[in-house]
Amino acid sequence: MYRYDEFDASFVNQRTEQFKDQVRRRLAGELSEDEFKPLRLMNGLYLQLHAYMLRVAIPYGTLNGRQMRKLAHIARTYDKGYGHFTTRQNIQFNWPKLEDTPKILEELAEVEMHAIQTSGNCIRNVTADHFAGAAADEVADPRPYAEILRQWSSLHPEFSFLPRKFKIAITGAPNDRAAVQVHDIGLQLTRNDEGEIGFVVYVGGGLGRTPMIGRKVRDYLPEEDLLAYSEAILRVYNRYGRRDNKYKARIKILVHETGLEELKADIEQEFEKIRYGVLRLPDEEVRRIEAYFAPPPLEVGQATSAAVEARRENDAAFAQFLAHNLNPHRVPGYTSVTLSMKPIGGIPGDASDAQMEVIAELAEKYGHDEIRISHEQNVILPHVKLDDLPAIFDRLTAAEIAEGNAGLITDIIACPGMDYCALATARSIPVAQRISERFGTADRQAEIGELKIKISGCINACGHHHVGHIGILGLEKKGEEFYQVTLGGSANENASIGEIVGRGFSSDEVVDAIETLVETYLGLRSGKEETFLEAYRRVGEVPFKEALYGAA
Amino acid sequence: MKVITANRLLNGDVVWLGENGNWVERVTLASTFEGKDQVAQGLAIGQDAEKAQKVVGVYEMDVSLEDGVIVPVRLRERIRAAGPTTHPQFGKQAQAVSA
Repeated sequence: MYRYDEFDASFVNQRTEQFKDQVRRRLAGELSEDEFKPLRLMNGLYLQLHAYMLRVAIPYGTLNGRQMRKLAHIARTYDKGYGHFTTRQNIQFNWPKLEDTPKILEELAEVEMHAIQTSGNCIRNVTADHFAGAAADEVADPRPYAEILRQWSSLHPEFSFLPRKFKIAITGAPNDRAAVQVHDIGLQLTRNDEGEIGFVVYVGGGLGRTPMIGRKVRDYLPEEDLLAYSEAILRVYNRYGRRDNKYKARIKILVHETGLEELKADIEQEFEKIRYGVLRLPDEEVRRIEAYFAPPPLEVGQATSAAVEARRENDAAFAQFLAHNLNPHRVPGYTSVTLSMKPIGGIPGDASDAQMEVIAELAEKYGHDEIRISHEQNVILPHVKLDDLPAIFDRLTAAEIAEGNAGLITDIIACPGMDYCALATARSIPVAQRISERFGTADRQAEIGELKIKISGCINACGHHHVGHIGILGLEKKGEEFYQVTLGGSANENASIGEIVGRGFSSDEVVDAIETLVETYLGLRSGKEETFLEAYRRVGEVPFKEALYGAA
Repeated sequence: MKVITANRLLNGDVVWLGENGNWVERVTLASTFEGKDQVAQGLAIGQDAEKAQKVVGVYEMDVSLEDGVIVPVRLRERIRAAGPTTHPQFGKQAQAVSA
């Protein structure tokens, strides 16, 4: 894992000291709320419906046991005993007191964590494939590049007041698990004909009220140009991005209004000016950062484990867990395990302090002290020995995070919605809970197969509903909650924006509507191997529309 | 009918303007305001409290009386007055029985 150097440590400590003083001045009346609000947002502190909310950055979703234990400690000491993992691989605490936040930031700094750039119109936490450094299909580990981008973008003076927030995602594998095409900049690691590492670059993807798939601006960007090219994109955006209308200020709108070719030319022109300057990445620096992410020493083992196979035979829950929650590891004898933060009927992404302690313990004992948070709000132990799976499963079962539902219909992304969020127009979590209960039996989930449901409680789309195979958007209509359903979205390498299927549904109707869609799919799929998304892409919306609303 | 609401600066708690300029923890204890002028007076008291670092984010919200008890009109405000519907053990709903 990356370790802070003296520069990292000093700027995090400086920022904590600054914020401590800003809170003191706010409480003393020396700063008004108008003056203080941008300062607290720069440190991840929001004011939500019931209380303040603190969003803590987990760079590219990677952390270790000590850091997870600190998050558990913060949940227990300063909050109500739980935290919420987000779709930017971060964690949010829902009930901190303003007066406690400087102390919380101090505690975070002790374990090399902070809340900087988790809010505001700046470059946000860079996200990455949660199986990075472990996945069998990977070209290379994307995290060294994510770390280089983090260092470049942290407190970058030129990009602290962008027209709007800016999100970067990176994947090292051709199977995109980091949703790179719906980010402001999406990077996909690739190799050229000479076998050298570089990036496919997408610009202008995003969700929110105007969802767009990113446009490819480079088929191959050499490794050494990563920062200069990123800076060129940001400069063009910073200069031409709209500041007159908050809702038209993201780079996707600039791409759309300017046109891809003209914008590409602007980026290339800016890039030519700076590509041989200070931002050119020296090979030795990339290798130095890479060394922090060196894989743990893993002994090549058997591709199957006798202990696992024996248990699979006579333990249905374990068999279900094996079938869905493991991702192929590049080293035989190992696997990456998804800990489901989606218990049946539970709150997607919530973890209690006790669960966080269990995750830390398992990572330290069985997982080379590595933990990942996925943008799908689950937790991953990336390097686990197959032989250890039974022991891990038992511990997870006791902690109620052992549901074998990764990628299935109950593995739902849901934003906090109107239960917490000041912007929300409807609740998300209760809808997720009811869907989870409706489809929650092991047999039914397995029969339905891969199906990603994503729920947002307002048009800002934190729950990624546009890229759900089934997306649900909560709105308010005549004072009542009201849910619009989209079909056919996807955030992988074949990304697509879901289409609205028809008029929306009341809170009472929406789960039945989802069941109708699922039953329609089961009735028309060509076989069990044809997923919901594949079937939808084959037959189109008509059968689903007819099932919901009757023939036209 | 309206009440004036805000969050306490220090801890973020949801509060409503009650009698004598006090900020109360229960919507049922809030002072009600009818008509533009009364609401403007209530908001002015709120703005003074903001300047005095007591509360933050003052605004007015619609309420109705049900059996003589103040109830927020919008679901958002009902959730704010009670706590997350998904966590009955947290928020005001977890505290003493409402007045």
